[in-house]
Amino acid sequence: MKYHQALVVGAGLAGLRSAVELNQNNINVAVISRVHPIRSHSLAAQGGINAALGNHPRGKADSTEKHAFDTIKGSDYLADQLSALKMTQEGPRRIREMENWGCPFSRTSEGLIAQRPFGGAGFPRTAYATDKTGHVLLHTLYEKAVQLEQASERQNFVFYDEYFVMDLIIDEGKCVGVVAMEMRTGKLEVFRADAVMLATGGAGRMYGNTTNALISTGLGMSLAYRQGVPLKDMEFIQFHPTTLLGSNILMTEGCRGEGGYLVNDKGERFLANYPDSAKAMEVAPRDITSRNMTREILEGRGIGGKDYLHLDLRHLGEKKITTRLPGIRDIAMNFVSVDPIKEPIPVQPGQHYTMGGISTDDSCATSIPGLYAAGECACISVHGANRLGGNSLLETIVFGAIGGEAMAKYIEGGGASKPGKVFEQALDKVEKELNELESRKKGESFAEIKETMASTMAEKVGIFRDETQLSEALKIIQNLKERFKKVFIPGPGGSRSFNFGIYNILDLGGNLDTAECVIMGALNRKESRGSHFRNDFPNRDDEKFLKHTVYSLEGEHPCIEYREVGLGLWEPKERKY
Amino acid sequence: MRKEYTFKVLRYDPARDRRPHYQSFRVPYTEAMTVLDGLFYIQYRLDGTLAFRNACRAAVCGSCAMHINGKYRLACETQVTHISRGTVCIRPMSNLPIMKDLVTDMTKFWEKYRYIEPWLIPGKPAISNAEYVQTPDQRINLDLVVDCILCGICTQSCTVTATDENYLGPAALLKADRFISDSRDSATFERLDLIDSEHGLWKCHTIYNCQLLCPKKLNPTGAIKSLQRRIVHRYLSYNEPSGRD
Repeated sequence: MKYHQALVVGAGLAGLRSAVELNQNNINVAVISRVHPIRSHSLAAQGGINAALGNHPRGKADSTEKHAFDTIKGSDYLADQLSALKMTQEGPRRIREMENWGCPFSRTSEGLIAQRPFGGAGFPRTAYATDKTGHVLLHTLYEKAVQLEQASERQNFVFYDEYFVMDLIIDEGKCVGVVAMEMRTGKLEVFRADAVMLATGGAGRMYGNTTNALISTGLGMSLAYRQGVPLKDMEFIQFHPTTLLGSNILMTEGCRGEGGYLVNDKGERFLANYPDSAKAMEVAPRDITSRNMTREILEGRGIGGKDYLHLDLRHLGEKKITTRLPGIRDIAMNFVSVDPIKEPIPVQPGQHYTMGGISTDDSCATSIPGLYAAGECACISVHGANRLGGNSLLETIVFGAIGGEAMAKYIEGGGASKPGKVFEQALDKVEKELNELESRKKGESFAEIKETMASTMAEKVGIFRDETQLSEALKIIQNLKERFKKVFIPGPGGSRSFNFGIYNILDLGGNLDTAECVIMGALNRKESRGSHFRNDFPNRDDEKFLKHTVYSLEGEHPCIEYREVGLGLWEPKERKY
Repeated sequence: MRKEYTFKVLRYDPARDRRPHYQSFRVPYTEAMTVLDGLFYIQYRLDGTLAFRNACRAAVCGSCAMHINGKYRLACETQVTHISRGTVCIRPMSNLPIMKDLVTDMTKFWEKYRYIEPWLIPGKPAISNAEYVQTPDQRINLDLVVDCILCGICTQSCTVTATDENYLGPAALLKADRFISDSRDSATFERLDLIDSEHGLWKCHTIYNCQLLCPKKLNPTGAIKSLQRRIVHRYLSYNEPSGRD
């Protein structure tokens, strides 16, 4: 059994930032990740990270309060206002800290961090490094972490790369560690800890049409949920307006921030025809833009009558495209053989972000003492019903640091775990489940369950929802959950070393849990707010639904309750742009 | 367009197999299918234990570098129709131990990364809550070097790595150049001392594999030559050379 004071599960931006914070608070910390940290999905973020730095000529009058207001308005008033303000107030210092640690942001002519306009923001406040902001942030933070690891003489900062966490260990109501599999050997190991941070990312892979990495499967959310930690606001799924036709790879909002157009089959900038996007046009918030794009497609004005539109960058010129959006050009050329300098890019809205997640307070603490969550897997909540572009990266580094500090305080305040039988029992439980899975040589097809889930979510739980479709989807997913109990690893079997058949099935289980929550939340929320749009209830209903949805596992299914939203700074108003 | 492709994949499980061998799978073609899609078809339906690293499927995470039909490539951005008339032959990256199938043990690669001290060493502490000033012209020096995704293709395809497993290799040297090229970094001489060593940058034979194969079209050969020039100039007590070619 290994022991560290703190365990961080997941090595994306939120995980690494919390580990750095724990280390700086003299806590012995280990980072456990199923992939090498540099492969984490944070790096796929492109457009930027928001903060009121005031570096842009048009951003001088910006402030952290205005940033908080834009975030709350963008959230359709479902964000907890003080949490959102906390994030925007911490923003400038955390971004400059990343710069000080080496992050190669693009620069203004004065040599400061460059900022660009983004959807739903009153000022150009999205700091960026060309169109690879997530990539440079993750590399920088990993570099910082490696520096601390090397400097740590007594091995107080350790990485366990390619360890797959399979369960959380709870003792007397407190989280005291995890069971993980060393992927190389297939060996199960117990990690005892005084506190655990989950920073496992989103759950986008429940949708077929997602921008998310193949490892964004909601398993971390599900591990907490199965231990009795509630999830929150899962029905709010962000659909990014511009994902590449077919593969749904992200085409950053920066394309539009830099001046790109969205056009339909007739060559019209159709956003002008819709009252909610007529003014902001291409930089209207994501929920609005995705909806209006989908309307165009449904009404037959997609390109060639098909299910996509054009993102036209040609008027930006070769120089702007190659200096500000080089990654976009590479992806378009490699994946659809389109050079954006010469041709428009075929795009369609696609699943992008899980606004909901593990319910935490604004110090990242969950309902189980010793268990924390940060980043996309958590719901604090700062994004409410719709996240603004550029706020997710901000959330990771701000709340990674806040969560790390809170964990350090908890550990120093006497949260120590004790060795005991519970660890052996947890290991035995996982071993038994694994044996059962491995011994099943026939049964339900993994591929079929996964593909049915992905297409059901994309077709019936998408941008436009209604009672009939959602009820059908719920039936299908609950049926899949039953079938999942008999799922088996295809093929002749093999050792546990890098046995992806095992990971795939665990991931699918996580995704089925999150999918069920999304649908039940969407069914119960008989209103339209932010990313959640009901054709049968097209208006926002503050009286009934200015509330967070909270899901707890009862038996095998979620039980839904509602919780008050933290207001107090700004009165909810109709959301107009 | 063919209806079906044969994927010939190197299989090896050290716990069970005496030596690596190839196994063929028939994979139906779907529109715009990538090599990674084909591998997933096998893993999801035919043999769940087939091991290959993956994450982003968008050519930014660097997980899926492998040897595909005669060349090192990222499986996720390689379309089957672009490289094959019927057979896709896949083996893991060379010069690293195989842990399972297409998954290599990259410990050595990451050791080299760690060796060059891959973090910013600024000359003076930053002013509280302020960024270091760096002009757009200074930032341009970083444009290419910071794009490296550490996929390993350059280092593992380098023929020098094949003869000296401790050779720092293009990826680590490019990373060293990334910090030396950064106007905010002040540890140029210390960094040059680290790489001016037995297994360091003088081992480069200018074979250009790294440059030819880099999926991000970076120029590690150029970076290595520029670092070599810096060291020569330093020995000859010349001024630091500016720019690079």
